[in-house]
Parts: sequence; structure tokens; C-alpha cells
Amino acid sequence: MTPPRELVLISGKGGTGKTSVVAAFAALAGGAVLADCDVDAADLHLVLRPELGTEHEFSGRRQAVINAEACTACGRCPEVCRFAAVLGTADDNYSIDSIACEGCELCGRVCPADAIHMEPVINGAWMVSETRFGPLVHARLGVAEDNSGKLVTLVRNEARSVAEKRGLPLVIVDGSPGIGCPVIASLAGADLVLAVTEPTVSGRHDLDRVLQVVRQFRLPFAVCINRADLNPELGAQIAAEASAAGAAFVATVDYDPAVTHAQVAGTDVIAFGGRAAAEITELWEDVSASLSPSLEGEVLDA
Amino acid sequence: MRIAIASGKGGTGKTTLATNLAALHAARGVTVRLLDADVEEPDCHLFLHPAIERREPVRVPVPEVDDARCTACGVCAEVCAFKAITVIGSTVLVFPELCHSCGACELLCPEKAIHEEGRDTGVVEHGTVTLPGRPAFPLVTGVLAVGEAKAVPTTRATMAAADDDSVNVVLVDAPPGTSCPVIEAVRGSDLVVLVTEPTPFGLHDLELAVAMVCALGLRCVVAINRADLGDDRVHSFCTAEGIEIVLELPNDRRIAEAYARGELLLDAVDGLEQKLSGAWERISAAAQRQEAAS
Repeated sequence: MTPPRELVLISGKGGTGKTSVVAAFAALAGGAVLADCDVDAADLHLVLRPELGTEHEFSGRRQAVINAEACTACGRCPEVCRFAAVLGTADDNYSIDSIACEGCELCGRVCPADAIHMEPVINGAWMVSETRFGPLVHARLGVAEDNSGKLVTLVRNEARSVAEKRGLPLVIVDGSPGIGCPVIASLAGADLVLAVTEPTVSGRHDLDRVLQVVRQFRLPFAVCINRADLNPELGAQIAAEASAAGAAFVATVDYDPAVTHAQVAGTDVIAFGGRAAAEITELWEDVSASLSPSLEGEVLDA
Repeated sequence: MRIAIASGKGGTGKTTLATNLAALHAARGVTVRLLDADVEEPDCHLFLHPAIERREPVRVPVPEVDDARCTACGVCAEVCAFKAITVIGSTVLVFPELCHSCGACELLCPEKAIHEEGRDTGVVEHGTVTLPGRPAFPLVTGVLAVGEAKAVPTTRATMAAADDDSVNVVLVDAPPGTSCPVIEAVRGSDLVVLVTEPTPFGLHDLELAVAMVCALGLRCVVAINRADLGDDRVHSFCTAEGIEIVLELPNDRRIAEAYARGELLLDAVDGLEQKLSGAWERISAAAQRQEAAS
């Protein structure tokens, strides 16, 4: 059996419609594993309404803990800590600010009283749930937590292994906004990246930055301009720039209140029908053609 | 007074609110400085067209091994919690993009064979915004280098410009989400304005953002964009949590079109200047209650 293909949706700018498009694709794919890699603000479950699977704890980091009894208040740990994570003064008890602690363990290594040890921090949870369209691997990053990149990698790996186990041919990844660590973690090795943008000056600027990242990874990509009728001139300009940058194709979806109505109803826009549903269905056909292994050469050459 | 504008969900209107409030203040003779701390995708400049006066590189220290002194003892690799150093045979390999700049390898190398060099991961741009008919104000923009995973050093360098008593108001345009770069941008503010929209995604991510603000010991108010779009669950949530709603912007195509073109709403849509002034009165009153309480 060929290994599952992986489609990753990103956007640069937030709020362009990634999750709504992923939910629609889930409905159209007829058997794909869904991976919500926007672990910072995971929303896919709100429209796929899965039966929740067992929660597994995620620990992406360790933090220092000071044993107050052993501590001699020598002041060495605040001196070496570059993250200002040691709270207190020599007169007061030293303690570790768990949000600021980077987990480097330098304090523990230099402590002459051996009063500092490291403890794993549980900073999230992940689960494999069952939706009406197939399995959903999703996660929750603890509030004010770091290491979203590691959790993204974990969710992607789990999704791939679920696809292999169940013989499903495709993993659809709902990525994060931005260009930093969670986005980079969601990209490596993708078979196709679909960037969802909008015809606004911010949409254009942010797409340009995120596509530079995608091109550094030499990944095949396509672009979807959502709410394209908001500014058709800017939309055309973005389409031309995306094609020049090497996009396999550029699709447009016009503004349709049904997308929001579907979300409020807790479902996908395909179930609602209408203009956006039809345009996303066309987009899906382009995406699946690009993902089909027999067409791989064409996608890479584009 | 420092006000951070944040949101759980992206694309709710943080930049719209931040840029328009900054322009509004400038017009009223209040000295204001705007910090664009959404360093992965900084967009304020698209609406404000600052003249850039200087660019400061954001350098993070990373280890450099002095081969003449190194004995390949392996201590550096052993003490690196981030797997940024590997010793293979007599060669020390450094992976700078994995380095967290903690300084452990430099400090603990028994041969003093490691020193640190700066690596550029972003830039902070200091500029001045001059809008027609309004007094000029400074805009400080953090820009993460493309391909760089760690945003926090650039966010931190941008936020260094917040500590300045020479202005009355510092406004911070924060990134979306609830994790490390957001925390760096909102810490130290007198009040966080959480921008959302009345949809299930907007509500869910607002709940996460409120939890983050509480975890940091900060207080927040809410601004609702495209207020007539979805349902009333954001209102119910705010009422239940006792969070003040300081602004509701309608789902108006003129607003969306002006934003798409990169225009300020103050200039493009009648009546919005008044609406935003009202919002500012509520924001600054809430921030002052905050100061009085603490």
C-alpha cells in the first residue's frame, strides 16, 4: 500500500478560513484522517463534533524546581539564569517562575547545594476522536504554554500512524497562522501545502511571507483566495504573484454567509450547500488531482 | 499606560483596532507609541506607512567552538537540554536553530573553548507615522526573519520599546493565539483588549485567551468585531464572566473593503471615529481602575 498523502493548510494571516475549508474537505474526502495542528487555538472539533477519544498527556518540556530546605540562598541560580525565571531574593525564598523557565537546567547544574531538580511539565493533551467523516487527531496546549511545535509534530505523527493502521489514503492538516515554530513544524514533508488567504493588504503581505517559508522547504503548494469578491483587483494581483512564485494552481472562493451559518450550526459548509460550497468542491477536485500520485511529476514541475 | 490588543483567534481585527486607536490618539494630542509585536506577520505598517528611521537587528547568542582549545570531551553536548550540540569523534557540531541561548555550554565547558556569537533572527524597525491632518507618532515593528522558528527574541526586543515614560499611551498589537509569543507581548500591560467575533470559533478562542490573561494575573475587556454576524454566545460568556464589552463593530462591507485596501476606518467610514472614541474612554477607564486596584 502507498503511504498516506498529507495535505497541509496554512495561511500566514489568521482568520482567512483555513478551518472552514478543512471541515469542507473532510466532508468531500470520504475517508481522510484530520489533524488539527493549530494547537494554540484548535477549533476543528467545533464543526466536526467528534465523539471524543481518550486523552493522552503531553509533556513538551521540563522545568526547574527548588527544594527550599536544601537551598542555601547563595544566589548563584538567578545569576546564571538568562530567562529571569528565578523569583525571590536571598532574604526571601528563591522559587522558579514556571512560565518563564525554559528548562535548560543550567541552574541545577551550577547549584552548589544540589537543591534544584527538573520535573516534566504537563503542558497539553492530545486525543484521537471519531467524526462523521473519519478520525480526528487533535490537541490542547495548556494555557500560557510553550512548545507548540513539538505538539504539532506529535499530532501529525499520530495522524499518519492512524491513517496507516486504518488504510486511509490521506491526512488533512489544519495549520496555525503565522510563520514561526508551529507552522514550520506542520510543513516538513507535506505532499501539498494549500495556503488560504484573502484579498486584503494584510492577506497579501502575510501570504508572501509564509510562501517564502514553504519555498525554503521546497514543498509543492497551491493558493486559495477566500472572500475573493471583497476586492477582485487585489485578488487578481495576489493570484498573479502566487502563480509567479510557483503555485500549482490558484483558486478563488467568494464571500458566502453560509460559511458562518454552517459554523454557528456546528457543521461544515458542504452540508449547507450554496455558492461557497460549490466553489470549495471545485477547489477540492484540484487539490485531489494534485495529490494523486500519478500526477506527482506535474505538481513538482509546476 | 500600556494597553495590549490580543485575541485567541486570528483575523478578528487586532490590527484594525490598534492602528485606528493609535491614529485617534495622535489626533487628540495624547502622545502615543504603537508597537507591532505580531512579529511573524506584522501588518500595522501596511495601514500606517511609517518612515523607517532605524533598523536594529535582533541577535541571539549561539555557541562557537574554538577548535584549538576543544578536546571533544562532550560536556557541551551533555549539558545542552535542546540537543543543539552533538560531538561526533573529535568534531563538535552546533545546530544554531535549535539553540535556546541559555549559556550552559559556554559556562560549563571545562576548556573554556566555547564563546558566543550573535545570530540574527529578526529586526526591530523604528519609524514615524505621519498621517494627513494628524500629528506624527512612532511605530515600532518587530519582524521575524523568514524561516526562523523562534519568535520570542524578536517579540522581546520589540517590547523593549514599551518601557518609556515619555509617552502617555503605549499600544501593543499582539499576535494571535495563547502561547509564548503572545505572553511576551501582553505581559506588563495595564489592560488587555481581547478582540473576537460572535462565532463558535471566536467564542472558543476567546475563552482560551481569557484563561491566558488570568494565568498571567492580568485583566481584560472585550471588543466584538462583525458583531451582528453569528450568535449571542460571546455576549452571554462576557456577562457570565463579568467582562466588559468596550466596542462592537458591525459586519459592514464598507469596513471590510476599507481594510482590504489598507485604509484606516477613521478615514473611510463615517461615524467610526466617534465609536472608537467611546471605546477608548471605556478602555482607559478600565485600565485606570486596574492601576488603582493594584
